[in-house]
Amino acid sequence: MKLSELPLKRMARVTRLRAENTVDQRLLALGLLPGMLVKVAHVAPLGDPLAIEFQNQCVSVRKNEADSVEVEVL
Amino acid sequence: MSENSTTTAGAGAAKNAVETAPASTTGNATAGNAAAGASRPPLIALIGNPNTGKTSLFNALTGLRQRIGNYPGVTVAKHSGTVVFDDGRRAELLDLPGLYSLAATSLDERIVIDALCGRLPDTPAPDAVLVVTDGTNLLRNLFLASQVAELGIPLAIVVNHADAVRKFRIRVDAAKLGERLGGVPVVLASAWHGEGIHEIRAALRTVLDHRPRMSRVAWKPCVTDALQILRDGLARDAQNNAAGADTAAAAAAGAALPSDAELQRLLFDTATPVLDRLTAGDAARRERIAHLVRAARERVRHGGLNPFAAEPVLHYERIKEALAGAVTDREAVAQSRTRRIDKVLLHRVWGTLIFFGAMAAVFLAVFFLAEYPKGWLETLFAWLSDTAGGALESAPLLQSLVQDGVIAGVGAFLSFLPQIMLLFLFIALLEDSGYMARAAFLMDKLFSWCGLNGKSFVPLLSGYACAIPSIMATRTIEDPKARAATIFAVPFMSCSARLPVYSLMLAAFLTPQLGPATAGALLVAMYLAGLAVAVPTAWVLTRFILKTRAQPFVLEMPRYQVPKPRDVLWRVWQSAAEFVKRAGTIIFAITVLVWALLYFPHDDAVEERVKTEFAAKAKETAAPAAAGGAGAEKPAAGDAKAATDAAAGGGDEKSEADAALERAIEQAHVENSYLGRFGKWAQPLFAPCGFDWKITVGILASFPAREVIVSTLGITYSLGGEVDEESEDLKTALAKSRWSDTAGALAGKPIYTLPVVLALMLFFALCSQCGATLATIRQEAGWRWAAASFFFMTVLAWLAAAACNQLGSRLLAAL
Repeated sequence: MKLSELPLKRMARVTRLRAENTVDQRLLALGLLPGMLVKVAHVAPLGDPLAIEFQNQCVSVRKNEADSVEVEVL
Repeated sequence: MSENSTTTAGAGAAKNAVETAPASTTGNATAGNAAAGASRPPLIALIGNPNTGKTSLFNALTGLRQRIGNYPGVTVAKHSGTVVFDDGRRAELLDLPGLYSLAATSLDERIVIDALCGRLPDTPAPDAVLVVTDGTNLLRNLFLASQVAELGIPLAIVVNHADAVRKFRIRVDAAKLGERLGGVPVVLASAWHGEGIHEIRAALRTVLDHRPRMSRVAWKPCVTDALQILRDGLARDAQNNAAGADTAAAAAAGAALPSDAELQRLLFDTATPVLDRLTAGDAARRERIAHLVRAARERVRHGGLNPFAAEPVLHYERIKEALAGAVTDREAVAQSRTRRIDKVLLHRVWGTLIFFGAMAAVFLAVFFLAEYPKGWLETLFAWLSDTAGGALESAPLLQSLVQDGVIAGVGAFLSFLPQIMLLFLFIALLEDSGYMARAAFLMDKLFSWCGLNGKSFVPLLSGYACAIPSIMATRTIEDPKARAATIFAVPFMSCSARLPVYSLMLAAFLTPQLGPATAGALLVAMYLAGLAVAVPTAWVLTRFILKTRAQPFVLEMPRYQVPKPRDVLWRVWQSAAEFVKRAGTIIFAITVLVWALLYFPHDDAVEERVKTEFAAKAKETAAPAAAGGAGAEKPAAGDAKAATDAAAGGGDEKSEADAALERAIEQAHVENSYLGRFGKWAQPLFAPCGFDWKITVGILASFPAREVIVSTLGITYSLGGEVDEESEDLKTALAKSRWSDTAGALAGKPIYTLPVVLALMLFFALCSQCGATLATIRQEAGWRWAAASFFFMTVLAWLAAAACNQLGSRLLAAL
């Protein structure tokens, strides 16, 4: 499943990151590597962006940017 | 800012690389570099992730020995300062922009890799690097340190936020961590509380004296092979290039061979300034290097790694190893307080309400609170002007230059300081507390569709008070494209300087003719017109004109913390100082220039003519016959009236007649000035909008600032320059003004018809009559953006005004 489709507050594990553009490179640099645990902690009032939690930090990403991250729900 | 300015920066850096090549090293800082630096104090670069307390640390280490400049060719502020060691030695500390990775996306980030490799003109390669990390998230923070280690520069690591580290019961064994990373000094510190500053100074001395280097990643053979492919290929290309180089620049670009760290950037990053620097705008060379990079990446892929993910994966693996045993992290506790606050502040309902509350406070402060200090400054300058005017009574030219040129010019830019300082006070509070990222998160969707982002909200909102601090506030936007679009959109927001024009038109025409309700609605319409233009402008600009790659809006939500007063005040001071230094002179120059154009040639013959005319009229009206020239436009009706009054009232009102004469002379001088003549000559340009020469001169004279049109109209209607938008005389004079006999079909008809009044308001809603805004755009984005903004706004304002007048008058005629 894509990270952008992950239900709120559900813990998941990153399975794949396409890593082809600057957004993916930024997420990788922040430590969102395959195998990491991630969850969507908040959704902005207008439905986008998402605030995701991983590696003891909270990061805002737009939904279309979260599309390139594949996760599996735990 | 734009793709272009970035490319020029790259070219500039490349050119410099050759000029200074014999003196400085290329890329890899070696012991030789330190020796070369004997004449200058050693240079230490300060880098770290955003929100690590880097600025606090910089302030603590350098105190007030700081300098702010600009990196040449780009609009990124360069902060540097001096560190003084216990033994009296000194080192230069360069505060580089905060970033997460050397894989640069924004302009700020691109500076970092160039600075570290010594590719910037006038900034040598650093002798050492101080990496600041957040102790509560060392894994991520050490990624940058690990990348810097690849440069081979000696470095020390600060584990900052020691207080938070203790609070969250994270155990950090600094000595062990340093050992694990190859023997570099690691200092646990809390810059906020001044803890560990002494130890950091000691560590810096160690680094400069003993030059310890952090151990590098053990790259897999496929990566080292790929780097070798790049190294060989680039060397070959440089040789061929140097042989057949057409230009010195092309040869220069090839001459400076990239260091290992730069080769890694070429290999791993989807976009990098290293490529721009190497190619220096040579498209063929760019294609050759791109081909080379593709081959190298293929080699990495062949070894079973994704070339775009290999770097973080390998770095993180080795950092995890180093951290094991040296740092024990209790993840669950670490973010608990911040999580609790976010439950409220990021809540759909409460979070949104609190956001609007906070923004209302910011707006009220900039719109109303700033008026008090602004008023004091104005009083001060009025007093100065009066005093100087009195002292210089005997020298009219000097008097006018000092009063209307110099003092008005200095006053013009100083009066913006209260707004700038107040806005930056709030921005510093919002950013340092950690709330700015949340505000951007809440509002992002509202702006993302037109190419802006959540961080555009604050500048656009404060644009309703004043464009100058708002354009400076766009610095908080990392994405250069969104920042450019925001800078372009901000001046369309109806700022407080437009209000005098609106008020005058409202009071003189709209309210009497249409009633207060309709007039009020039209005023609101003016405020909306700016917004209605700004948003599509941003959309078109980011969609079709700025061809740069879209920037990620990946924003860390930092831990909440109490802002440190010293850092906040320092930022307020810096923004004010920078504005005065960089925009102040231009605003001053514009004011003095427009003064000169309105003053000269200041022919004595003009004065004589008015005096004779006046004397003749006084004689005429003194005679029992009826007063003449009622409908004549020249000399203005007001003069005739004043002359009549004076004659009727007798000797008691002699001074009134003198004042009228003085105003008439002032009017004649302005009409005869270079700007006045130009306005008359240029009036046909504004004829489609229905503007006469007086409005045209008013528009031209208000180039330094919009509100100047009111006082200019006062002068051209012989009421003196001291009138304001509430002046009854000015309202009456405007309402009475008619087209002159030479105006063809319009002759004798009122100038200010309803369509013309609305056209004038629209023109001022959209036009770029604000020298200070243009000077600030130049300061933040460069001349080209300032010029583009001016032409775009002016053309748009003219089109809107012309359309309003043409359609409006036709509609009125049809009714």
